[in-house]
Amino acid sequence: MAETARRTFALEGRSYDGDGISLAPAGPASRISLRAPAESLAALSEALGLDLPVRPKASARKNARAALWLGPDEWLVIDEGGADLMAICARVAALHSAVDISHRNLAILVSGRRVEDVLNAACPQDLSVARFPVGAASRTVFGKAEIVLWRIGEDAFHVECWRSFADYVFGLLDAAGREAVR
Amino acid sequence: MLLIHCPYCEEERPEAEFRHAGEAHIARPQNIAEISDEEFERYFFIRSNPKGLVFERWRHIHGCARFFNAARDTVSDRFLKTYKAGEPKPALDGEG
Ligand SMILES: [Zn+2]
Repeated sequence: MAETARRTFALEGRSYDGDGISLAPAGPASRISLRAPAESLAALSEALGLDLPVRPKASARKNARAALWLGPDEWLVIDEGGADLMAICARVAALHSAVDISHRNLAILVSGRRVEDVLNAACPQDLSVARFPVGAASRTVFGKAEIVLWRIGEDAFHVECWRSFADYVFGLLDAAGREAVR
Repeated sequence: MLLIHCPYCEEERPEAEFRHAGEAHIARPQNIAEISDEEFERYFFIRSNPKGLVFERWRHIHGCARFFNAARDTVSDRFLKTYKAGEPKPALDGEG
């Protein structure tokens, strides 16, 4: 009998490099779902070391940490360095709710010249740079799955989805990536 | 696909991000434990369902997740106006 259990990453071994598109699972990160009223933002921003954005679709980034505006009182905070975001928020006395979702979500990095076409295969948002500029972030849909899109470069998106949807989202991105090049 | 203007995201977003959430501006009776079964039925189950201009709750469930209100024409299927929850019903005429 095995003495230890090995944690298997949901997208272990999956990646795709095609003409104008590449898909790669992002490394592990710590994440929280943060809800807070306007009065708490200054204290939370100071503790997290970045200004929680208040404009729709905005994000803020500092070093390995980013905060994505999801709604008028809701942010997705991601730390690619694995910092203990729960401990940081626990030190803030101002009213807020922080839920650790580090293992609920994972991310897929989608990049390349055809990135907009590939994402638009199953996401109906306008992803042109004019409407969805670098740094923009939004919860939306990808086929039947809910995702969070975050544009990290002109030709690069960070796509967050729930772990249990990862196979579906990756498979659909992979299929879209293999479609005939325009 | 329809584009729906979300008053919280402040832009038009694809219909697939939204869910319909029933008729808007239905006031819950203050004395709900005292009203008759007939009054409760009217409050809880009976909806106006007109042809033409309707006021509805919608939720941007796969976006900012907020509930908001919309004036929509059921004949043309056009959204005439969307507004934040808690704001008064706008004065509008239907198209149909
Ligand atoms: Zn919205």
